Amino acid sequence: MLKIDNLTASVGGTQILNGISLTVNAGEVHAIMGPNGSGKSTLAQVLAGHPAYEVTGGTVTFQGADLLDMDPEVRAQHGVFLAFQYPIEIPGVTNAYFLRAAYNEIRKAKGLDEVDPMDFLDLMSDRLKLVEMDEAMLQRSVNAGFSGGEKKRNEILQMAVLDPTLAILDETDSGLDIDALRIVAHGVNALKKPTNATIVVTHYQRLLNHIVPDHVHVLAAGRIIKSGGKELALELEARGYDWVLEEAGLATGAHA
Amino acid sequence: MSTTLAPDLAPQADVARQLGPDWLLPVREAALAEFSRIGWPTTRNEDWHYTNPSAIAEGKFVLAAPDERATGERRTPTGTAAHGVTVAHLAPYTFGQDWPLMVFVNGRFAPMLSRLGALQAGVRVTPLAEAMREDRDFLEARLGTVARFDEHAFTALNTAFMTEGAVIHVAKNVEVAEPLHLVFIADEQAEGTISHPRVIIAAEPNAKVTVIESWGAVGTPRHVSNVVTEVDVASGATVTHLKMQRESAAAFHVGTVQVNQAKDSHFVQFTFQSGAQLMRSNIYTHLNGPGCGSTLNGLVLADGTQHLDTQTRIEHVAPRCYSRELYKGVLDGEGHGVFNGKVYVHPEAQQTDGKQENHTILLSDRAQIDTKPQLEIFADDVKCTHGATVGRLDQAAEFYMKSRGISAEHARRLLVYAFAADVLETIENEVVRTGLEALVLERFAGVVV
Repeated sequence: MLKIDNLTASVGGTQILNGISLTVNAGEVHAIMGPNGSGKSTLAQVLAGHPAYEVTGGTVTFQGADLLDMDPEVRAQHGVFLAFQYPIEIPGVTNAYFLRAAYNEIRKAKGLDEVDPMDFLDLMSDRLKLVEMDEAMLQRSVNAGFSGGEKKRNEILQMAVLDPTLAILDETDSGLDIDALRIVAHGVNALKKPTNATIVVTHYQRLLNHIVPDHVHVLAAGRIIKSGGKELALELEARGYDWVLEEAGLATGAHA
Repeated sequence: MSTTLAPDLAPQADVARQLGPDWLLPVREAALAEFSRIGWPTTRNEDWHYTNPSAIAEGKFVLAAPDERATGERRTPTGTAAHGVTVAHLAPYTFGQDWPLMVFVNGRFAPMLSRLGALQAGVRVTPLAEAMREDRDFLEARLGTVARFDEHAFTALNTAFMTEGAVIHVAKNVEVAEPLHLVFIADEQAEGTISHPRVIIAAEPNAKVTVIESWGAVGTPRHVSNVVTEVDVASGATVTHLKMQRESAAAFHVGTVQVNQAKDSHFVQFTFQSGAQLMRSNIYTHLNGPGCGSTLNGLVLADGTQHLDTQTRIEHVAPRCYSRELYKGVLDGEGHGVFNGKVYVHPEAQQTDGKQENHTILLSDRAQIDTKPQLEIFADDVKCTHGATVGRLDQAAEFYMKSRGISAEHARRLLVYAFAADVLETIENEVVRTGLEALVLERFAGVVV
């Protein structure tokens, strides 16, 4: 489904990604872990097409097409979804309008008819239940005044409505209490299908207790330095990142 | 060097003297004299620093459809009263409602297009020309008492030449259920003309009324509308004034709204300005009675080479009054916006509560805003704040929307709409609010940043 080959990227002239290669197949959950500043979020943003990041080399192929050649909205229309680490507030645009606009643009791109507001509300009702959100929040401005937990649940709600082929969750667990974490993880698991795939970007292992990965990758200094199964996440939780960094010949800085 | 009087005002002054009715002649003479004294504003005048009205002064505009009695000949081909403007042409301005309606075509009252049949008791809506003939006592006591013509050139001009307009009188304790709608339409026959409509709104104690002024065009006539709206809000009364200025892209619009407020009264205004090549909006309120207040909000949308200038002056004369101002602007192309918000707090106006905000987004590098808050406070127990911001569309929000599949163009349109949303939300009338929201979404449909 997704093939990243030797991807390099920079922001403001500083190279952040130093040659990432990763293959994700349909039905898989990949966890990308790593210490702060390792490039995890950059990778997520680059895959979504954030204009601040410049791809300086490598390729990304998504379902046989050149992902890097697509505008962000086209990527979304092709089924790529990024759950933001810091969801953006848009005062003045209701959640209902925002979601329906996105849903219809994606349908339009697929050659399908747009859905009218009433039918869309019907469709929303079970998606709302999935993330335990009240219908009233549809009439609130997008993320405006939402608590941290509400923002993250709203990301998963959008994911549930847009039904992406590839979902990238960027630090979705950060700032969540245990209940919100459970709700978010439940939502992600419920949306899992043999035809889609999920990349979970996280610093901590605790989200992976709820969303169990098939593959775990450790990112450091802008490249993947170790890959393994779900047990790798547990080992990182127990031992920290230093030993992996040392294995890879990277200075940890932790004892400096 | 003097630009005090356009050379062609002199013959037009004779026209003014013949406009009638006779009892108004001294007022017209006084207004002409004041205009001669004040002269056309120039950019050397502080209030006109950013807006040059010389295109109006030098444009050789002739008085719109002067009464035949005045000249013995028609200066413009006026045709029938409605000049070929039909109900269909009004549709974009009437919100699909059958509110009481008074229509003016090229500055003249068009009875066939108007709908004043079933007004509720205690409400009078009269064409100004009719009121001049038949209601001298009422008019004489009102005309020009709120809108002073000794300070403002365009108000003096209007006073000298006014023949058409509307007189709205709401009796004591009467709450008018439906908005009263005044629609001013110009078509090609307005080309080269200047009209001076006068609107008088008088709300007696505890009355409540909403008046809508809509300004529009059929085609793109190049003409001048110089309107003066004078509003007298008696004690405990509430007047809501919604003005939608969507005139031709070739038009000039000078609109002066002058308001006197008595004790515990409210004046609530919204101005939606998206038309005209050059627009000047003067909004002057006098808070004369204790405990009264003005809420002045507005939205300006400009593109192309439009120049849209909003001036407000709030005089806090009495104690315990409030004023609220929220003006927003969206400027694209080479659009030029001006906002000058004056608040004067007189020495007696203790416990004044004033708040003023002006926020603008620029959609292009060539768009421009001059914004100037001007607070002059002579009382010591006063709360007055002001704030102005100028920015661009939120790029983080734009990327967020695009990352959900929303096209770049749709995302930008939504962000403009979102920027305007909070000021539009201040409009209580849901029909008008929804109508304007749709206009905002349409306006920047093709915006490319």
